Amino acid sequence: MRAWNEFVKGFWSENPVFRLLLGLCPTLAVTTSAENGIGMGLATTFVLFCSNTVISILRKVIPKKVRIPAFIVTIATFVTIVDLVMNGYFHALHKSLGLFIPLIVVNCIILGRAEAFASKNGLFYSMIDGLGMGLGFTLSLFVLGGIREILGNGSILGISIFGSGYNPLLLMILPPGAFIVLGILLGLMNKAEICLAERQGRTPMIKREHDCSTCVIHKKWFGLGEGPEGE
Amino acid sequence: MKEIFRLCFVLTLIAAISAGVMAYVSELTEEPIARAMLEEKMDAIRNVLPVFDNDPYVDRRNIDVEGGESVEIYPGKSGGELAGVAFEVVAPDGYSGDINFMIGVNMDGVVQGLEILKHLETPGLGAKIIDEDFKSQYRSKSLADPENWAVTKDGGTFVSISGATISSRAITKATMLGLGFFRNNLGRIAGSEVPGDSQPADTSGVAAGTTAAGDSVQVQPGENDATANENTTTKENNGGVE
Repeated sequence: MRAWNEFVKGFWSENPVFRLLLGLCPTLAVTTSAENGIGMGLATTFVLFCSNTVISILRKVIPKKVRIPAFIVTIATFVTIVDLVMNGYFHALHKSLGLFIPLIVVNCIILGRAEAFASKNGLFYSMIDGLGMGLGFTLSLFVLGGIREILGNGSILGISIFGSGYNPLLLMILPPGAFIVLGILLGLMNKAEICLAERQGRTPMIKREHDCSTCVIHKKWFGLGEGPEGE
Repeated sequence: MKEIFRLCFVLTLIAAISAGVMAYVSELTEEPIARAMLEEKMDAIRNVLPVFDNDPYVDRRNIDVEGGESVEIYPGKSGGELAGVAFEVVAPDGYSGDINFMIGVNMDGVVQGLEILKHLETPGLGAKIIDEDFKSQYRSKSLADPENWAVTKDGGTFVSISGATISSRAITKATMLGLGFFRNNLGRIAGSEVPGDSQPADTSGVAAGTTAAGDSVQVQPGENDATANENTTTKENNGGVE
């Protein structure tokens, strides 16, 4: 049961992109198409799974004082392996992800999971955590990439869906589109979580003290303590 | 003090193991990577050359140009006769960085096709230079009509990608320069094979070459003669091989 919980938490309650807001650099940069999202997600999953495994095994050997460099070296090794293998065997995908593969090294999810989970938990749960988090990340990237591709290019996974008459919303596959789609998705995820929590009679996982009424700008514009007019 | 040594030891050990693993993987993937890169280039060459039956990669040659640089050309031969060449062109004025592409030209100096090898253009805008709709515009164009070599916005004939005039301009200009390179070096391109590759020329019946110096490419008279002569040599050599 615990194993299952560790696995599914990456998809919703601790989703790296929509809940933890980690690894946003590759998230924003590569999600110009659904295919890129999946490719980047799976590459990250592989690295996350391997680094979690190795770090969990070595967690008692690595002295606390040098744990960060030790983690980074381990992660960098797996990233290099992914980079080389992808270049040799999946050349087309490597071409489109190109620049972002080496950047997996500095993806905070991977170091984050190594530090927060793998260095404190046993091998089995660390592997499950890596896999779940990685697949949750992949799913998020796929959703983000899919929405951007549909709106910005009129296609999904390279297959045209609206026909040639569709005038694509180019903004969506340009950098601003990434921020807009991510922002809307984050809002919808929070809304969904609040509704879900209300129905189940539990407290929502979103901290309500961080809603609009606590925002500095809001206080300045709408007067202290007053809530927004309507929704 | 003792702790420092322990820290150093553990970190060194981890780094050494990592280095070993990486060296092993690097050696393992060296060949597949080289093969994938070559395959990519070969695909481009195949797509831009007119009909050919040789291996353009095996027959590749270097043509020296001014400034000590050289351009690698991939000749496509049909029945031993030079049908066209492919070579790589770099457009340095893309929207973000160089655009490298392969261009195929037949012996009349007419473009047979373009194939983008490397670019960093904006996805959804400049990146559309890889689309067939855009690339096919350059097919069967030559320097015979020089005023056409610009995008429509600049009074030419090439329809630029909407929102990506800079990328379109860069490709147009580089293609034109590539054709210029081809015209200026036609003699050497159509000419002799790699030294030492020549076989005894025993096919005396082969007629003088007429493929080079077509109507559309204006070559200097002197160069024209040289081309014709050298072309004869080429044919004789190939005759020998057969």
